[in-house]
Amino acid sequence: MDWLCWPRFDSSPVFAGILDLEHGGRWQITPSLLDHTERKYVENSNVLQTMFHCHGGKAVLTDLMPVAAEDTKKRALLPENEIIRQVECTEGNVQIEVTYQPRPDYGRTAGKLRDGGKLGIRTEFGSGVYWLRSSQPLRVEGDRAHAWFVLHAGDALQFSLTYAEDAPAVLPPLGEWTSQRIEATVLWWQQWVGKLHYEGAYRGPVIRSALALKMLTYAPSGAIVAAATTSLPERIGGPLNWDYRYCWLRDASLTVRAFLGLGYDAEADAFMNWLMYATALTQPELRILYTVFGENAPKERELEFLTGYKQSRPVRVGNAARNQLQLDVYGEVIDAAAQYAYAGRSFGRDEQKVLIGFAEYAMKNWNRADEGIWEPRSGPAKHTDSRLLCWTALDRMIKLVERGCVQGAPVNDMKRERKKILHDIKQNAWNSKLQSYTGVLGGDNMDASLLRIAYYGFEHANSDRMRSTYALLRQRLGAGDLLYRYRGGSSEGAFGICSFWEVEYLALGGGTLDDARNLFERVVRYQNDVGLFSEEIDPNTGEALGNFPQAFTHVGLISAALSISERERGKRQLPHREHTAEENHAEKEVAA
Amino acid sequence: MNWASWALWGFAATVVLTTIESGLQGLGLTRMSLPYIIGTMVTADRDRAKLYGFILHFLNGWAISLLYVAAFVSIGKANWWIGAVIGTIHALFVLVVIMIGLPGIHPRMASATHGPTATRQLEPPGFLGMNYGMRTPVSIIVSHVLFGAILGAFYHVR
Repeated sequence: MDWLCWPRFDSSPVFAGILDLEHGGRWQITPSLLDHTERKYVENSNVLQTMFHCHGGKAVLTDLMPVAAEDTKKRALLPENEIIRQVECTEGNVQIEVTYQPRPDYGRTAGKLRDGGKLGIRTEFGSGVYWLRSSQPLRVEGDRAHAWFVLHAGDALQFSLTYAEDAPAVLPPLGEWTSQRIEATVLWWQQWVGKLHYEGAYRGPVIRSALALKMLTYAPSGAIVAAATTSLPERIGGPLNWDYRYCWLRDASLTVRAFLGLGYDAEADAFMNWLMYATALTQPELRILYTVFGENAPKERELEFLTGYKQSRPVRVGNAARNQLQLDVYGEVIDAAAQYAYAGRSFGRDEQKVLIGFAEYAMKNWNRADEGIWEPRSGPAKHTDSRLLCWTALDRMIKLVERGCVQGAPVNDMKRERKKILHDIKQNAWNSKLQSYTGVLGGDNMDASLLRIAYYGFEHANSDRMRSTYALLRQRLGAGDLLYRYRGGSSEGAFGICSFWEVEYLALGGGTLDDARNLFERVVRYQNDVGLFSEEIDPNTGEALGNFPQAFTHVGLISAALSISERERGKRQLPHREHTAEENHAEKEVAA
Repeated sequence: MNWASWALWGFAATVVLTTIESGLQGLGLTRMSLPYIIGTMVTADRDRAKLYGFILHFLNGWAISLLYVAAFVSIGKANWWIGAVIGTIHALFVLVVIMIGLPGIHPRMASATHGPTATRQLEPPGFLGMNYGMRTPVSIIVSHVLFGAILGAFYHVR
């Protein structure tokens, strides 16, 4: 275990070995005479099992963060933050080495371990305390605790690591108590998966993606972070290392679609509550990213004392994108609100005002240059995608008003600006020489975000323009089965969600159902051994690149799977979208 | 005995004591939450424990201020430094006697000798409460000295 941040995703880690093997700290449970390992999740759960195949025996390591039902929490004191690890010898004899080396504050501080006897090993840092409990004693040696054990078939070791900022901390007993909590956790997850509504053919990847999203959710606020890590590189050995432990509004629309589409209404409600709370604090302007409690993300700084993952430096914490202008987020937030309203939810008067404020901001600022969806540090430009999402912001707001979900918006002004954006995109983002839309207005570069033109309903996926755009996009950005997001100066991997946008584009009518299915099945093969995706994929080796696991990729997977399933069953796709701009235009012409 | 003065300043001193303890916890000087310790004596529900504990802690502080008042009456005068001295003695009693004996009287607190069990899982305070942070003794002394000083400064001995 070489990465762990408590109590929040963006807290400083107690183990950061993934970013510095020597100084980062880790908690290692490893057998000697190891031949090979296999990993899997216990079915339909987030309980991980690692099978050690050793010369002389086999052992299973079970890792989990225990979960409990709400009524259990009322009856029993449980730690607020806990990891349980259990290693059990299943065959022969296995020698196990355990090393616990906490290094709080990104490895900057050597943990001061105190042996508390029967209570466990205590490490204080800042205002919190870590307690490691072990079913067999570990020996404290300076800044680490260590032991060797020989397990025979049927023997097991149990460990519990907790973190508390309130005293007294809860120190769970090991043995039967912990075994029951492992069982209860597996059951909790399986019951949670049992609520999932998805009838399509890709149930396995959809379930794993939903489970990954749930694990990236900060339960006290309902926020979902982009990824659980910082500075896992987009290029091994390179400087493209960013901190993703914050909540990007860009993920909002797909996240709401994923939760509502899968029947997770409570999760959709929690996420929308967080979204409305966080964005109301900065309205009518939106930030690009927020902390799990809706605060501004911290300033970006570099941790020069860490060597980085595979020497990929610098390691960064905080994110400088917080100061960027990215106009697409206005469309993302209002589209999320539209999906939510179309699913039967309503907004209070204050929330309506906040949403109208965002739409008005988009109406007044859509023509500005911005940093765009990919957050380059090279300065602003007139991005097609940003205009598309400003159009989406106005289009969804107009429809929310027409449906009676929002009152008091200046609809006529919004219709006028929506039309202006439409003409701007149609004329200036279209390159007639290339017969394609382009990433920036008046440019000739291709950008995978152009596939979103169909998703947001600006044009039908089957239109001539989208078909020719797609053909050029595949030609220029294709990387085997995968897609690059753009062709930039620095080499990086194929971008995970872009491949699922491509699948969804095909499912929405850009290709046949078989085209969409075949591509989905080929792309899903790039998942890791336990079904998870990072931000990017090396198209040559299949290696995961960038932060991990990545919510954006997994919501893209779910959305693509839902669109395929909806088309298979002849159901209306993307119900929040209603008609495309072209269909609206055609209807008006017929009416005229 | 001036009951009205006790009721008013006992209440005020308890408000200050509770606020300072919460503030010191918020500042990271100690992790100790007395309301949480007291509340978990009556319920295992974490949220309810904090609420119940807060009420009980408050009533307890108010009641204990009667002992301070009794001391002022027996001495025949009250001022801030007499109150502070009594507060110091009170704090030392809490640190040396109550903290050590707490696992014996708290139904959900583990003992350092036997470790946690299914029913007793709360971390014991240890010597001078230092399991709850090395500066816990300081925070207990500061809050109790201020408690006594306020009571001594404002309680009016007839």
